[in-house]
Amino acid sequence: MASATLTKAKRSQRSNFGQDNLVGYLFIGPWLAAFFLFTLIPITVSLALSFTDYNILSNSGDFIGLDNFQRMFFEDRRYARSVNATLNYVVFAVPLKLVFALGVAMLLNTGRRGVSVYRAAFYAPSIVGGSIAVAVMWREIFGNDGLVNFTLGLLGIEGPNWLGRPETAIWTLIILAAWQFGSPMLIFLAGLKNIPRHLYESAEIDGANALQRFLRITLPMLTPIIFFNLIMQLISGFMVFTQAFIVTQGRPLDTTLFYALYVYRRAFELNEMGYASAMAWVMLMVIALLTALVFRSSSYWVHYESDEGPA
Amino acid sequence: MAVVDPPARSAGTRPSIPWHRQPAARSLFYHGLVALAALIMLYPILWLVGSSFKPPDEIWTNQTAILPIEPYPQNYPNGWAGFGGISFATFYRNSLFYATLGTLLSVSASAAVAYGFARVRFRGRRLWFAIMLLTLMLPTQVQIIPQYIVFKQLGWLNTFYPLLLPRIGGSAFFIFMIIQFIRSIPVDLDEAAMIDGANKIGIFLRVILPQLTPAIITAAIFSFYWTWDEFLVPLIYLNSPELYLVSLALRTFSDPSGQTDWGAIFAMSALSLLPVFVIFIAFQRYLVEGISTTGLKG
Repeated sequence: MASATLTKAKRSQRSNFGQDNLVGYLFIGPWLAAFFLFTLIPITVSLALSFTDYNILSNSGDFIGLDNFQRMFFEDRRYARSVNATLNYVVFAVPLKLVFALGVAMLLNTGRRGVSVYRAAFYAPSIVGGSIAVAVMWREIFGNDGLVNFTLGLLGIEGPNWLGRPETAIWTLIILAAWQFGSPMLIFLAGLKNIPRHLYESAEIDGANALQRFLRITLPMLTPIIFFNLIMQLISGFMVFTQAFIVTQGRPLDTTLFYALYVYRRAFELNEMGYASAMAWVMLMVIALLTALVFRSSSYWVHYESDEGPA
Repeated sequence: MAVVDPPARSAGTRPSIPWHRQPAARSLFYHGLVALAALIMLYPILWLVGSSFKPPDEIWTNQTAILPIEPYPQNYPNGWAGFGGISFATFYRNSLFYATLGTLLSVSASAAVAYGFARVRFRGRRLWFAIMLLTLMLPTQVQIIPQYIVFKQLGWLNTFYPLLLPRIGGSAFFIFMIIQFIRSIPVDLDEAAMIDGANKIGIFLRVILPQLTPAIITAAIFSFYWTWDEFLVPLIYLNSPELYLVSLALRTFSDPSGQTDWGAIFAMSALSLLPVFVIFIAFQRYLVEGISTTGLKG
């Protein structure tokens, strides 16, 4: 009798292992507090502000309904140019980065000696790429008398004014982004290592060439990782700020006035915090929508191991 | 006579394989190609460091070379003097203070929160976890404007509070990374400690935390990098030059309308990358593992 209660108590203790609301909330408490104070409440306030013409300098604002959105979509020409610049950037920078990342990862996915040194070399630009130092250097490299034009000059070519021309300025930033393919490269490398070798061996016996092996084995097996990298790079691509702020300052003709930069200008240089909040909220919705779309589309092109199912 | 020659030379290797498919030739080709590509990748960084040692005239006349003809270390003291009577010593002190304290705050909070999510069952756990993951894709812009308004009302502009306070809850990225790590630690250890009478807090401090060292090192490195390079938030809150971080100072220092001493600009830019590179070289293994595992298990 006594032993039965004991085992029962023990079992219930076991099945209850870890069940403790108080302790749970004690541990996640700091995150929860920060989430409410610095994320949830600000986002809500931001939404409310987007229906006002709040100005931080005069510390006043009135409810103006949907005027901010009307202005954004129909009146503000700079807004349209800013959206255009951001899309131009994302459409080229993200795929370029991913292609480089995958290409180099495949190149490094061998058992050869020295691979870890190469891996470090290819990753190095990514750890410094977000810094002001690199942005300042980039501005100099592509300047009128900078390294690029100096080198072209040695070859007898007169280089364009990279940062001053609308067609070329954005490309200096796209190249800067593509140069930093380190993180997706490391993630691809880890993914390539997980593809079972026997798949390649049997394909080789069946006479598949390198291209066929890439298209039929490597790419399908990597789709979950391509999916992950695509989402991460899309989100960070839409939020790009520092590089445009330093290298091109949004110029010329707003061709590099990326969305985040324009929000910053409206909010912190022109003090129009109501309008800037409306812009930020549209950005949030677009990112959410795009992410949802990519997630939705994933069932058509992302291949998961049958026993695991979508993670 | 001449016919005997080639087979005799290749007697040591396998004669049926053409030369360009021999392992040695392929290896040479591989290393040549990859090393060249790696060098092109590193060239801008090496160029920056090299240019920081070039005398003023060489910066424009000897641009393509990495190494200066006549090394000119004077760029460093010139740059270090800073601007407006404030030297880079102040900016480095500010950056080190912020990066160290900021990292300490976000990593220690992240470890505790991660343990809560990974090992304690409580009501609402799944919901909060999902919300935490969602915050990963929130643009800063939707949070920063109301935060700024409130911090301004509190009179906290030109202080470090607006930069440090939001870190008390950890960072969603690190929390997620550490959760993945805790999940790989066998639950048996927790259970054994519990039978020995330890409570959850004791298990966290004595069983889990000691095993978390690799994950915590990885998180700390990333946090230090990101804090060191942080720009938008400091730009908004820190307006007086005595409080500038290195990133803000470099921006002002390199302002094209003011500064023309490119040697000094390059010197201070190169110097600002030094802490990042030292940590990178010392802890490369942790970084690679951190990115690979969180990326894959996501």
